[in-house]
Amino acid sequence: MQKADHLGEAVVEIKTEPPMLQKHLQKAKRINKTPYLFLLPYLLLFLLFIIIPIVMAIYLSFTNFNTIERPEFIGFLNYLNLLTQDEIFMQYVLPNTVLFALIVGPGGYILAFLLAWSLAQLTRLPRMILALIFYSPSMTSGVAMAVVWTIIFSGNQAGYANSLLMRWGIITEPLIFLQDTRYILLIMIVVALWSSMGVGFLAMLAGVLNVDETLYEAGAIDGIKNRLQELIYITIPSMKPQMLFGAVMAIVNTFATGIIGVQLTGSNPTPNYAGQLIVNHIEDYGFIRFEMGYAAALSVVLLLIIYVFAHISKKLFSET
Amino acid sequence: MALKASGANPKKFHKSQVKFYLFLLPFAVFMLLPILFIFNHAFKPLDELYAFPPRFFVYKPTFDNFTNLFELANASGIPMSRYVFNSLIVTFSVVFLSVVISTMAGYVLSKKNFKGKKAIFEINNAALMFVPIAVIIPRFLTVTILGIEDTFFAHILPLLAMPVGLFLLKQFIDQIPDSLIEAAIIDGASEFKIYLKIILPLIKPAIATAAILAFQLVWNNIETSILFTTSENMRTLAFFMNTLVANTNVVVGQGMAAVASLIMFVPNLILFIILQSMVMNTMSHSGLK
Repeated sequence: MQKADHLGEAVVEIKTEPPMLQKHLQKAKRINKTPYLFLLPYLLLFLLFIIIPIVMAIYLSFTNFNTIERPEFIGFLNYLNLLTQDEIFMQYVLPNTVLFALIVGPGGYILAFLLAWSLAQLTRLPRMILALIFYSPSMTSGVAMAVVWTIIFSGNQAGYANSLLMRWGIITEPLIFLQDTRYILLIMIVVALWSSMGVGFLAMLAGVLNVDETLYEAGAIDGIKNRLQELIYITIPSMKPQMLFGAVMAIVNTFATGIIGVQLTGSNPTPNYAGQLIVNHIEDYGFIRFEMGYAAALSVVLLLIIYVFAHISKKLFSET
Repeated sequence: MALKASGANPKKFHKSQVKFYLFLLPFAVFMLLPILFIFNHAFKPLDELYAFPPRFFVYKPTFDNFTNLFELANASGIPMSRYVFNSLIVTFSVVFLSVVISTMAGYVLSKKNFKGKKAIFEINNAALMFVPIAVIIPRFLTVTILGIEDTFFAHILPLLAMPVGLFLLKQFIDQIPDSLIEAAIIDGASEFKIYLKIILPLIKPAIATAAILAFQLVWNNIETSILFTTSENMRTLAFFMNTLVANTNVVVGQGMAAVASLIMFVPNLILFIILQSMVMNTMSHSGLK
């Protein structure tokens, strides 16, 4: 249908074709200036709400700013204070964040990959259902997280965790999980792992499924015997882009999920700072104490940490 | 078949798959339990909510918690429909507009040559890694300086530029052959027509993914309500549900909180199920460099 139309058009316009073609090509050249028009809305909003705020955050980190008076420039004082004065940061926040990130980051990432790879070994329907189950925790908002997990870990004997542990005879008295400094971070890690199958997981699942089948056949001829060898020599090398995407997403999510500690314990700072992460510390200084300059310095430090980790994973997964 | 050592993407059940089920099913139970819990808890009558020993499944389901929630919302002065209305407007605007502006930007970033193209894409990729909380304070200042606080703009504009979405869409548009676009130019199609009639239909799966990402981001977002609005009737459902959970620790509160999380969760679930197969297709094609 379409082709006939074009043909018909061409026949009729035989005489006028050269000028027409020229006109269109001219038009095409002129159009080359329009990329900026197409880009304009995105760029404008990107600039306004992402780039400018980042630049502002960096500037504010060199100031003393209480949100009411004008920021007062103080040089590196915030950073110096962060390194030398902020005992809470050094004693609780930094170790908590590192521990949390080290377990949830790689843990969630490896788990996401293992689950994605295993799912790929199943037939279509069970794969779909299981993928939905694994992904659904990532869809729950903070509300659901707070509701479900605070009820499960509630501190009296009617709490589900307590009730189970008591029935099994592991404990005799209910534990006040969410206020007990020994357990808060542990519970945060469990909850974070539970909800860590995000976009990265979907990407890796699609990545495993899309590895070229002929590669496996070639591998079999070359003497690859089992699925483990297949995984190491064929699957992972073939899906580096998805592995990198998953890694970057895991890093970003790990550092961004700071809210759960506050949601679970119901307070910022968390009891005795046991579940305090950098994100909570920023919130504490920025929105509770209104020391925006200091909070901004913390934000810049967080940006740098994430950037460094993302850079390392880029090095690891980029084609060499 | 004899040659194919791989078990990936099998067509039929084979007993070699059993070990994977043995590994996956316990995880599935762990992942599913809290979700099942939300559903069950929302329908529990008062005596079951506080039953001892606690019960996981609901025995006599009831809608009491739902009616309690709606009554409480009405009693607070602002009907819940107002929050729902706000959320719907904000969510649809953000999803629609962010897809439009990211596809437009993705198109030129992928198919056009112009000054600064590489730099723009690099900066966008770097911005992928920024944690929202890190820029929330200056964003608040930007909103104040623009004078859009307490309007729908304050909910919508800050969320429109999504680096992840642009990245995904651009990679996908890369796979559309250039010859297709050149042919259209020769035929005299305008740039906008090419975008509308060629690009958009060909990247539907990528659009579905970007839409899901945008939806999840904005539907659950409470920051814009907390920071960029001051009047109660400009706030969203997510915010309302969150304060409800935080403020009602009374006896009936627990059931209502479960209902609240159910209401927030279900739209995500439905949208995901509808678009899931499309999503699986997209992610695989968006190679990352």
